[in-house]
Amino acid sequence: MPRIVLVLIVVALYVLHQDFWFWRTAHPLVFGFMPIGLFYQACFSVAASLVMWLLVTYAWPSHLESEVEHGVSKEEGPER
Amino acid sequence: MIPAIIVFLYLAGVLYIGIFAFRQARGREKAEDYFLANRSLGPFVFLFSLFGTNMTAFAILGSSGHAFSNGIVTFGLMASSSGLVIPLTIFLIGTRVWALGKKYGFMTPVQMMRDRWEMGHIGTVIFAVQAILLVPYIIIGIMGGGTTLNAISGGLVPYWFGAAIVALVVMSYVFFGGMRGTAWVNTFQTVLFLCFGVVAIIVIGVGMGGFRTAAQSMLASPAFSALLTRERISPYYFFSYTFIPLSAIAFPHILIFCLTAKKMAQFKKTVIFYPLCILAIWLPCVFLGVMANRVTDVPEIRAKQEARRVLATQGRTMEPEARDELREKAAGDDVILLLLERYAPFWLAGLLGAGIMAAVMASDSQILALSTMFTEDVFAFYGGKTRFGEHVQVQTGRLFVVILTLLAYAVALRAPETIFELAIQYAFSGFAALSPLLIAALFWRGSTKWGALATTIWTACAVASVAVFQEMVPAPAPGPPTVIWALSGYEILSRTPGGTAVVGFMPVVPMVLVSALLMFVVSLMTAKPKATTIAKYF
Repeated sequence: MPRIVLVLIVVALYVLHQDFWFWRTAHPLVFGFMPIGLFYQACFSVAASLVMWLLVTYAWPSHLESEVEHGVSKEEGPER
Repeated sequence: MIPAIIVFLYLAGVLYIGIFAFRQARGREKAEDYFLANRSLGPFVFLFSLFGTNMTAFAILGSSGHAFSNGIVTFGLMASSSGLVIPLTIFLIGTRVWALGKKYGFMTPVQMMRDRWEMGHIGTVIFAVQAILLVPYIIIGIMGGGTTLNAISGGLVPYWFGAAIVALVVMSYVFFGGMRGTAWVNTFQTVLFLCFGVVAIIVIGVGMGGFRTAAQSMLASPAFSALLTRERISPYYFFSYTFIPLSAIAFPHILIFCLTAKKMAQFKKTVIFYPLCILAIWLPCVFLGVMANRVTDVPEIRAKQEARRVLATQGRTMEPEARDELREKAAGDDVILLLLERYAPFWLAGLLGAGIMAAVMASDSQILALSTMFTEDVFAFYGGKTRFGEHVQVQTGRLFVVILTLLAYAVALRAPETIFELAIQYAFSGFAALSPLLIAALFWRGSTKWGALATTIWTACAVASVAVFQEMVPAPAPGPPTVIWALSGYEILSRTPGGTAVVGFMPVVPMVLVSALLMFVVSLMTAKPKATTIAKYF
């Protein structure tokens, strides 16, 4: 998946967090007790997890891993 | 008293885990082993302890207390925004810091910055600001411990004694177990408080006769229906809060924790499951906090509601001191404990109390992080390690743990603010404003040490200014803010009932933006590090 698509998905999710459309209403009460604004934000958390899965699957910085595996450990670091 | 006994047993268990970790590490008194568990934590411990490290008293006591007073907005303000921003920063910054730590042996953020920007004493300035900002976070844990033990024991354990016990237990297992002990305890605690949410909501829900009736009656009541919406909160304020989770990755204990993973692949599960863990903890706490408003047979809750009502109707005509007193009476930090006391059987209240203690005691990581920072960024940097050796360095770290905990305890006894306010106003905003340091170090070749210094000094001044401003201008009663400075009818600076507003936003917004701007402008004007140094990072 192209990086730009992933960036746009993250930005879209950030915008979707500002759900002003449910600002002044509690209706409908989902399951009969949960105000819609709270239910929306709970669903947002699940969506965030899915987006993180996308990032980990399609944009994992594996070059860092291989640099560590193939590089010399603790080279030129602070005095130890 | 039975719940308190169960909580004491839990504390003994936690202490044992710390001492067990100490035994495991015996004979390996190396700094990397004590402070970073030898960079060897497995995936399960890494996920749960990193998450647990971030969940303090603030998560359970603060969130339900805030929801009790402000309604469902609490979840969107603090939980769901964190569920996006925190794993994202762990993904982008945590993985890079882990790789650099493995390659170059860094143990603290300042060590990395000193190397990245070829600086010495500026690193000490960054250490000092980080340390000052981290201490309130530690105080939160101790205050939460005192509040919890006091409430669970029905007042038999006084606040000062409860806080002392928590401080002593945390100090002991951090002292003995170091990072390994802290990580194991955090994992145990996270599992406990994940279970806590589910059990608490079932028990209290059944006790209240189901949430449907409670929600319907709240909706029908003019006094409470607004708590099921967000109409009392400004969208600017809501937006501002999305800047607060930037603080998570800038907190030294989180960044240091990122160095403990054995493999980078361990970040994958943490990044994916972090939003779900937040959901599992916060949703029950926020929901229960809101629903507590419908509980009519708990006198303490009624007293809080009465204080809130008086504050809203007569607050404007009261003296600031009287308003503050009412505000303290209306604070809901102990509301979830009161619900447990009312609806859960004794033994269950004890177990659930232990779950709360688990969250409360997450200040262990901050104490250890400060000790790591002191010994690496100050003691080792200024020659202590070379002169006295690594064994003395570890012992110095342990001594630091003791002194720090005692100081935090002393402050916790005197601090008048609620747990929630103290955390947000100082530590979180300050660390969010320090986040541009990490972003610039890892993603911008052109950043310089002078940019880092400017950002750090700005952060310190901004936090101090907000603190002084709020001390000098008393908080108004609920309702419109006190406008201190307006320009052409626009409110530039206001004192709100909950803090400060700058052009309607929380101070964290200008703090972060100005930090980023200073890093950019000052770096453009000053000399870059050597090309060989930059090449190590890009």
